[in-house]
Amino acid sequence: MLKDARARIIHKESWKNYHLLGIETPRIAREAQPGQFLMVRVNSQLYPLLRRPFSIHAREEDAVEIFFVKTGIGTAILAEKKAEESLDIIGPLGKGFTVEESLKGKTACLIGGGRGIAPIYFLAQELRSRDIHPKIFYGGKTAADLPLLPKFEAAGFEILSSTDDGSFGFRGLVSELLKEELERSRPAHIYACGPEPMMKTITTLADARNVPAQFSLESIMGCGIGACWGCVKRIKRGDRAEWVKICEEGPVFYGPEIVWEGKEP
Amino acid sequence: MTNLSVNLGFLKLRNPVLAASGTFGYGLEFASFVDLDKLGGIIVKGLYFYPRPGNPPPRLAETHSGLINSIGLQGIGVHAFCEKILPQLEKTRTPIIVNVCGEADEEYAAVIDFLNKQERIAAFELNISCPNMKQNGVCPALNSQATFSIVRLAKRTSLRPLITKLSPNVTNIVEIAKAAEEAGSDAVSLVNTFLALAVDVETRRPRLGNVFGGLSGPAIKPLALRMVYQVAAAVKIPVIGIGGIMSGRDALEFLIVGAKAVEVGTANLVDPEATIRIIQEIEDYCREKKIMKVEDIVGTLKID
Repeated sequence: MLKDARARIIHKESWKNYHLLGIETPRIAREAQPGQFLMVRVNSQLYPLLRRPFSIHAREEDAVEIFFVKTGIGTAILAEKKAEESLDIIGPLGKGFTVEESLKGKTACLIGGGRGIAPIYFLAQELRSRDIHPKIFYGGKTAADLPLLPKFEAAGFEILSSTDDGSFGFRGLVSELLKEELERSRPAHIYACGPEPMMKTITTLADARNVPAQFSLESIMGCGIGACWGCVKRIKRGDRAEWVKICEEGPVFYGPEIVWEGKEP
Repeated sequence: MTNLSVNLGFLKLRNPVLAASGTFGYGLEFASFVDLDKLGGIIVKGLYFYPRPGNPPPRLAETHSGLINSIGLQGIGVHAFCEKILPQLEKTRTPIIVNVCGEADEEYAAVIDFLNKQERIAAFELNISCPNMKQNGVCPALNSQATFSIVRLAKRTSLRPLITKLSPNVTNIVEIAKAAEEAGSDAVSLVNTFLALAVDVETRRPRLGNVFGGLSGPAIKPLALRMVYQVAAAVKIPVIGIGGIMSGRDALEFLIVGAKAVEVGTANLVDPEATIRIIQEIEDYCREKKIMKVEDIVGTLKID
């Protein structure tokens, strides 16, 4: 956990509401693991007050990237940032994806729904460097919601895509696209990030085929470092379910640990 | 070189900045960012006797310059605190103050009784004011009699000094502060969060799982400051100011109106180094104004 109050934005790409920032921050970049996140302060004012959590999208030497959608005040301010401006960031935070040694030489399916594609790229980089074949499934509402497709392709990753409206690739949910894949072959592992209904469906698919699966969860966060207990999700611990801080014990959990749509303590 | 230390009578602090309960975890979470030895004190997250599940999410709703939380005092309980946390805090020289919670008067006493044995604990802060303790923000600090009875029992049980943390959700906070003083509290800290509500207009649902929560952050500072001023003028015991302190100048406002020390809360979430920065800014101010002792600022509000 490091704070870099003057992390320099070195590049920026935008596609309508989607934005990607490259941030030079050598020490944080060096420590970063796939699935970990940053807490970013979008300005030095008192509104918005809190930092915003973003998965680390990629790492390149001394820099990390974040990929986000403009959804509210925080991301709107961030979307206006330009190269050479600086950001106050904390990271790398949380526990990222576990990559088991036994995956070597095998195929893992990586599923990103919407902005949930963010951590998938970093993970794909990592898997490839460890001689694991990442097969990526990228889903969005429309073709315009798949802005990172060219990036994955340019990097030489095998990637299948889906759109809800059929404007590009498979017509339907990305979980349905994955289901078709699972009927053909059985991956050694599944990693997913996206809307909770998508991840819930994938948990069921993975369980039915006995494929271990990890999911990156999302929550409103206060501190990002385990102090405020604001970001909890329902997680099984032994024979009980508890409210677990996803900033500290997550954001990545194994499927069987997660109680989807958990409401009651 | 300014003397930043403040003497609460029962406890001497190396500077007037304490980390507020609930925003600083058990202290250890901040060790990567802050030299814990440099703080005036650390008030750890509220402890009930047993582990506490906390409230359903969403637990946080950001508002204009503020934050509404309904964490619901999720926590590990006294046993795990003593076994897992306290040994790790042995290394720091900073006073550790435990924020004490309870479902009823007896639980507060049980927590204190259990923790009395722990040499490392410098004082207790009695949390009778968290709006997330029961439904609709009900808590003992809303009522003078309830405050008096719980403080008296806690004081009789405790082998350590007692700070009573007050709620701003009352008509007359001075009355409650006086009840705490009369019951033997060694100090009062104020304010806890303001009972609050935020609504999502798209879904027409409350933005918090528990409907109501407690508002903190810069939005509450003027309200808190007014209450600290009123209480400091009315009680003889030390007053610790809390409410939206983000900077050294914010902290100084509280000292000027009569607080002997301050607690920094929400700022820790925004900037994990906030406490250290605030201490530095207080020191810079004193140097600039040629103030030799920070205590000389306390209660110096000029009103013609």
